Order: sequence, then C-alpha cells, then structure tokens
Amino acid sequence: MQRRDFIKATGIGLGALMLPIYGRAIATEELVSKLDVALKKQLADTAMTAAKADGASYCDVRIGRYLRQFVITREDKVQNVVNTESTGVGIRVIANGTWGFAASSDLSADSVARAARQAVQIAKANSKLTIEPVQLAPVTGVGEVSWATPIVKNAMEVPIKDKVDLLLGVNAAALKAGANFVNSMLFQVNEQKYFASTDGSYIDQDIHRIWAPMTVSAIDKGTGKFRSRDGLSMPAGMGFEYLDGNKEGKIALPGGVVGYSDSYDMLEDAVAAAKQAKEKLKAPSVKPGKYDLVLDPSHLWLTIHESVGHPLELDRVLGYEANYAGTSFATLDKWKSKDFQYGSDKVTLVADKTQKHSLGNVGFDDEGVKTQRWDLVKDGVLVNYQAIRDQAHILGLDHSQGCCYADSWSSVQFQRMANVSLEAGRDKLSPEEMVKDVENGIYIIGDGSFSIDQQRYNAQFGGQLFYEIKQGKITRMIEDVAYQIRTPEFWNACVAICDKSDYRMGGSFFDGKGQPGQSSAVSHGSSTARFNGINVINTARSLG
Amino acid sequence: MSIYSEKDAKAILDKVIKLCKADECTATLSGSIDGNIRYALNAVSTSGIISNADLVVQVAFGKRVGTATINEFDDKSLEKVVRRAEELAKLAPENPEFVPAIGKQKYGETKTWFDKTAAITPEYRAGVAADSIGPSKAANCVAAGFLSDSARFSAIANSNGNFAYQTSTNVDFTCTVRTEDGTGSGWVARNLADVEQFNAKDEIKVAVQKATASRDAKALEPGKYTVIMEPAASAGLISFMMSGFDARQADEGRSFLSKKGGGNKVGEKLYDERVTIFADPADPVAGVLPWDDEGLPRERTPIITKGKVDFMQYSRYWAKLKEKNATGQPGNLIMVGGDKSTMDLVKSTKKGILVTRTWYIRMVDPQTVLLTGLTRDGTFYIENGEIKYPIKNFRFNESPIIMLNNIEEIGKPVRVGDDESPFVMMIPPLKIRDFTFTSLSDAV
Repeated sequence: MQRRDFIKATGIGLGALMLPIYGRAIATEELVSKLDVALKKQLADTAMTAAKADGASYCDVRIGRYLRQFVITREDKVQNVVNTESTGVGIRVIANGTWGFAASSDLSADSVARAARQAVQIAKANSKLTIEPVQLAPVTGVGEVSWATPIVKNAMEVPIKDKVDLLLGVNAAALKAGANFVNSMLFQVNEQKYFASTDGSYIDQDIHRIWAPMTVSAIDKGTGKFRSRDGLSMPAGMGFEYLDGNKEGKIALPGGVVGYSDSYDMLEDAVAAAKQAKEKLKAPSVKPGKYDLVLDPSHLWLTIHESVGHPLELDRVLGYEANYAGTSFATLDKWKSKDFQYGSDKVTLVADKTQKHSLGNVGFDDEGVKTQRWDLVKDGVLVNYQAIRDQAHILGLDHSQGCCYADSWSSVQFQRMANVSLEAGRDKLSPEEMVKDVENGIYIIGDGSFSIDQQRYNAQFGGQLFYEIKQGKITRMIEDVAYQIRTPEFWNACVAICDKSDYRMGGSFFDGKGQPGQSSAVSHGSSTARFNGINVINTARSLG
Repeated sequence: MSIYSEKDAKAILDKVIKLCKADECTATLSGSIDGNIRYALNAVSTSGIISNADLVVQVAFGKRVGTATINEFDDKSLEKVVRRAEELAKLAPENPEFVPAIGKQKYGETKTWFDKTAAITPEYRAGVAADSIGPSKAANCVAAGFLSDSARFSAIANSNGNFAYQTSTNVDFTCTVRTEDGTGSGWVARNLADVEQFNAKDEIKVAVQKATASRDAKALEPGKYTVIMEPAASAGLISFMMSGFDARQADEGRSFLSKKGGGNKVGEKLYDERVTIFADPADPVAGVLPWDDEGLPRERTPIITKGKVDFMQYSRYWAKLKEKNATGQPGNLIMVGGDKSTMDLVKSTKKGILVTRTWYIRMVDPQTVLLTGLTRDGTFYIENGEIKYPIKNFRFNESPIIMLNNIEEIGKPVRVGDDESPFVMMIPPLKIRDFTFTSLSDAV
C-alpha cells in the first residue's frame, strides 16, 4: 500500500496505527442512502451490451457504493470522526480468451459503456501474451435477487453522539480502574454491491461489518515499564447490536477472564483490561521451553488465519503471489497424495462464506457465485483449497468455491480467503476441563504479535494474556511469552478441542494481499484447543 | 491528465480559501498518474494506469474541525466541498487538542521530479517484465515481479496565506526469482525517483544468481551470529524503531525512549558511536517534499548523532504543551556510512551469514523494540571472506537498538524503499555481531 492510502491515528501503543482510507469524506446523513436498483440494472445492461458488441464472450459488472465510518478516541478526547464514500463501476470481460478490466467513478450510461469497451480493448491487447485461455467454471444465472447481512441495528443510523458517548464512557471506566491511557475506536463498513453478469445474474447485496478495538495501557513510572492489553472483541458481520453486551454473549473462562462471542460488553472489558494491564506490569517472566498450550478462540483465530487460511489459497500455491505474500508449503502434490497429514485426526478445518455473523459472510461472491461451505482439512488430512471460477479446473472441480472479492469497484476481483475455521470437538469438553488435564502448560487469550514465513511453515505468535498451568491448575499470570511453530507439526500436536458451546470467532478487518494491495475482512472460528509440546521463547530483553 | 501546473493548482486553492466562511481553512490539492505491471509464473498477470486528483478541505470553527474531499474542481464542486466541510465542523465535538492553522512558511528547495520517470509508457513497463522473464526462463527459473511508477503533484494553501506547490516522481521495482524445482529463491528491489538510473536487465541478474546459488541450502543451528545485512535487510528494522521517537509516546512513558520517572531520553547515547542517522529533504538521491502532512517545513534534522539521540518528534499540540518547536516530520532517513559494498563486508568476515532481505517484521515488545521476522530469498554462510554455501532461512528475534550497538562495520548507503515504511531511506550494508536467530524455517 502506498503511504497516501492511509490516515494516521496516533497514540495506539507504540507509534501510529495506519488505517486505509477510501473514497471521499461525506456527511453522516449520506451514510444511510442507497443507489436505485433499477438504475443499477440499467447501467449493468448498458455495460454488458457494449462489451458483447465489441466481442466479449463474458462480462461482469460491479456497481459498488462503499461506505465507511471511523470514530477514534483516546482518554477523554475524540481524535477523529471520518465518514467516507466511494462509488463507481468496475467492468471485467473475457475477449479472445483473456481478462480485461476497466473502472469508472462516472455512472452515466456513456461512461459505463466506454469503460466496457475499454475493458474489451485491454483484453484484446493482453491476449497477444496469453499462453492459456481463461477457463471459467460454469455458473447458472440467478436472475434478480438480493441478499443482506442479517443485522438488527444499522450502525450507520446510530447518531455519532451515541458512539462518542459509548467510547468516552469506555475510556473513563478503564481510567477509573487504574489504566494510564486508553485508545478506543469504532470501525463501521457498509458495502452496497450490485453484481450483474452475462450468465444472467443481477445480484444486489447490502453488507455490514463492525469492529470496536481498544488498547488499554498501564505504566510503572518507577521502573519505566509499560504494558497494554487489547480488547477481546471480535470484528463481526453484524450491526450496532454487537455492542449491546448481552449476557448470552459472555463466557466465563479459566483465570477469571470473560470472553465474548456475538455480543460485546466493551465497558466491562475495558475495566478488566485496565486491571490486567496493571497485573502484567508485575507478572513474572516465562521460563522458555516446551509447554502444552491451551489456546482461546480470541487467540487461535490468528494462528488459523496465518497457518491454514493463507497457505490454502490456490493462487499462492500456484505461484501468483510469489513476489509479495509468498507461495505455500501445501503444494498440489501433497493434496493429490490424499494422505498429507496437515494436522492430527482431531483437526477438521472448514472454509465457510455462509457463516452467520462472520466478516466474510455474503450471499454471493464478487463473480456471482453462491457462497458455500467446504472442508479444507478433514480429520487431519489435506482435502481441498480455496479457488475461484478461473481456477476451479486446476482442482478438477466443476464449480467455483465462491471466494472471489474486490475491495473496491475500482479493484479487480481475485481469490481471497474465505472464513476458515476449526471445527469444534465432538465430545463434551469445556476450557475448565481442558486445563484440569494439563501438567505444564500456558493458557493464552487474545491475539498479539504475529509473523510467518513466505511458505507458511515457521510462525511466531504472542498474545494478550498468558497464564501458567501447573498440575491442572492456573497458578499465575506470566509475561514475555511467544511460541514458535512449524505449521504441520503444530496442527499434528493438537490433542483436544473443546465442544461447540465454547465456539467463538475472531477475525481480521484489514487483511492485505496482492500488488497493488487490496484489503479484505475475514473471520476464523474455533473452540479452545490444546497443542502439546510447543516451543515457547522468552521475549524480554534488556537495553542496558 | 491529473498533474496540474502550479498556476492551475493555486487558482483552485485560492478559490477554496475565498469561499470558506469558517474561522480558518486549510486545503490540499494533489494528483497522480500511477502505472504498474505485475507478472508471475513468467507471464504478465495484470497491468494498469490509474489517474486521480483529490482536493481535501479542512475548516475549523473554534475548536470544531471538519474535513471533506472531492475529485471535481469546477466552481460548483468547490463550493459544495467547502460547505460540506463547514457542516461537518459544526457537527463535530470540540477537539481539546486543536491547534490553529500554521502561518505563512518558507520552504527549501528539494529535487523530487524527473522527466524520464513521468514519461514511462506501457511499453516500457512491458519491457521491464520481458527483461525479468527472459533471463529467468533462460536460467530455468520462474520470475514474479511488480513495477509501479508514479508522477504526482502536491499543493497546499491555508487562510493564513501559506502556499506551496511541488511535483515528484517515484519508481519501485521488486522481483522474486525462483528455480523451477522450487529449491532456490532470489530477489532484487530498486526504489528510485529517476528511472534513468534503472536497468531491469542488470538488476535481474542479481535475483537469478541468488535463486540458483541458494539451491540445496544447509541447516545451521539457530543462535547468535555475525551477519552482513544487505541494505534492504536492515531497513525494515530501522524504520520500525522510528515509531518510538514520538515525543508524546516517550513522555507518556510508553516508548523505548521513555525515561524512568518521566520525560524522554533525548541527548542520551543509546547506540554505537558510529551510528549517525539524519533526515534531509534535499538529499540528492532520496529527496522528499520540503513539507510534511501538516505543512511544516522539513529541514535537515539530526536524529542520531554518533550514537546519541538528537531528536524527538513533536506534534504541534505536544510541542505547544511542552514549549518546544514543532518541526516538519522527516520524510526520509539517511544513515551515514563509508564506501564499502556488501561484498567488501563479506570479504572482511571470518565467519558469518549474509542476509539478502528480512520479511514479515512485527513488534514483539515495544518496551525494547524487540522485533521478529525472517530471512528470505538468499541467505548464505560466509567463511574466510567467501560465500561458502546457501543456508536455510532463520527467524530472528532482535531489537534494532541492540543491533545498532553491535556494529562491526558500515558500508556505503543505498536508496531503499519498503512497502511497510513511510520513509524513503538511505541505508548502508551493515556487519553486525551477535544477531539473534531463534529458529529455522523450511521456507524457500
């Protein structure tokens, strides 16, 4: 991403949090309006007619209105309120067996037709370099349909004042509970996406996402030590109801920690964060070595994302991302062998774009394919990847898996990660019961530092809260913990997974991929899981 | 066409300032033509040209601030964007940290525009792809790369009479070359303002050579090693460290530059005395705009001098509170070095490891700026001044503060771009002792 694509919100931990900024800034009232569906259909038909007239064998049209609102606060201050809108059309065609793409922010019929013809022109020009013509997996047109994220309260309709009051209330509660600094934010996204294709689909979708992250910091002036604890919320495919803090969304975890599923009590979490940030200042440093790790879903989502979601993206496996994000250890020969043990027989990992409240939940992907759920790793064995229409044939599939996405009308859609999740254990097991069985372990809650190599073998993860487990009991909070894994060994060390009553999701609101970079949002669910004999390092250093 | 002349840009900004009825108004007009080509598996995958211009208008009524943007510049649109910013300001909560717009400024001259870069054509981009793919194929390798180029203009103005205009160009090239069997991988990158200094045919040789030379890598035990870091290998670590130079973070006690009991460590010697880093917008190779995002003039600024911290970054609010001068935020980082090349540093090394680049660098502990990440695309064992054999990649856990205390030798700085860094950098190859590798990676 280029520097100009970001706004800065300073004061998040050490240094600046960089937020991607999209489109133009608008007034709050404009966040609740919509484009007329009949007009969108008319424009799509105009584009498809123009593309076909110029020789396109296929054309898809995406008319998108992308709305975002960011509310950023620290302590008793609102640092920024940003509303943005980006509207336009992206037209993709196949001509002479080659892709072409053009986009325009001008939604007049002339401009849309011009963009369609330009896309055909580009396809024809690029076709001179084509080695193999595009092979599209078939899609049956669905006619005129619509889909919307199942929300209760549209976050864009909630007055700014209510949001500011919520965040400043959260900050005040954390400060009262002993925090020295608090940063809290609200990110809200509404993608109003219209997709039409020459397959005969006209799909209108209204997609909502919300995220309420915070960082609570504590300082010990005497020693110069500082520690922070991030919120334990999940970004979700939900409306403002996610912030209602219902008791049904809470789960009591070992160590007296409260976890959250699809309802978040931000105020309660802020108070806990303040107390835990202070406790972290005095917590003893971990002794490095092998431990059995008990990983909470608020932590494990990121390990799933990096060590399963990314390596099983087919474009990475094939080498299309070699220069940027990298390739994958999970090569086609491993999949073809039908016996590559990605994990232990307890481990089943599924891709699912239909999962309610997940960030990746849509009715249809950005090439008009109905979303679905499929196994990636079944009882430990690698069985599938994530593929889109022009890749399906490589896997011998007669259909796309529906995971195509573009982050804007002006970006070309390409294969992006579906929600990838670890199936809950079949036998009844709670986190408390899991801990009881561990002799020498560490219980990790919340996501922290993360880094993984370009083939997704060697990874290192931190966390927010670390608790020592001795002889089946949580003894104390510890600090300076990071674990290092080799992906297949890690998943083969999975010996137990809690049952579905513990199942929760985490996720990434800004997952980057591609050159030029595009960002997408994706969730990863799991129940608490146990991994035996994992290498833990001590991250404390002295600067002398 | 979205590169406006100074005259046209000023005419638009003058209209905006005149239209504004708020207490103050700051406007930024910028535009660019960005071109790119992407290739993978020895074939072009995508290419494009994006032309865009944006006007950002920020107004204030008292301490209430509103911002609006637009990409149309006729009189009606200018009126619309100013009124929208005013409406947003009236609705906004008061910002207790509000600082009024800057006064009229004087900016130095910096060289940021090169005609040849602005004149890059789709054919030129296709040629770069062909020059990468051809030699790679010939060596039984597979190339994946990305070339992006931009020509842009930036103009700023405010209701206190400040105005500035400048154009700039940039080229960024990266290419990863892998052997067909996937057992070797090499990489090359160039970041430039002037495309005349770039020749893809020459650059690609480095990546192909590293790919073929890195086959059959041997595994070394993780531990502390003397390393020769190519400029791209240490740039990411040094850039990460800069976030700790924010004065407010340090004064608040949450930076490695926080002082026990309060305040910051400016003036303290924290690095080897051979470490000198400064910012200079007028650097002939790594020039940047002579103003920062706030419109404050960028000047030559010592950051670390002979190991001593010389600089803390003050926001305008924090400077006012602490009675300091707010100066322009650096746009580049220039580390002083000598004349030696990476290979010269290899020659003087008895036992060590050559690191081509580092990857996926993330903060582990902000208290000490402990960073983790991995080596990638060319890691070699050195013995008696010679590269002996390729080795498997390592994960490191290291702090740039410790790294810059363990310096053995510094080479000649070169311009480095990094997609996760806000700086244009001049970084020398470095020989570092006791660099900490904590595990092996099987990734090629």
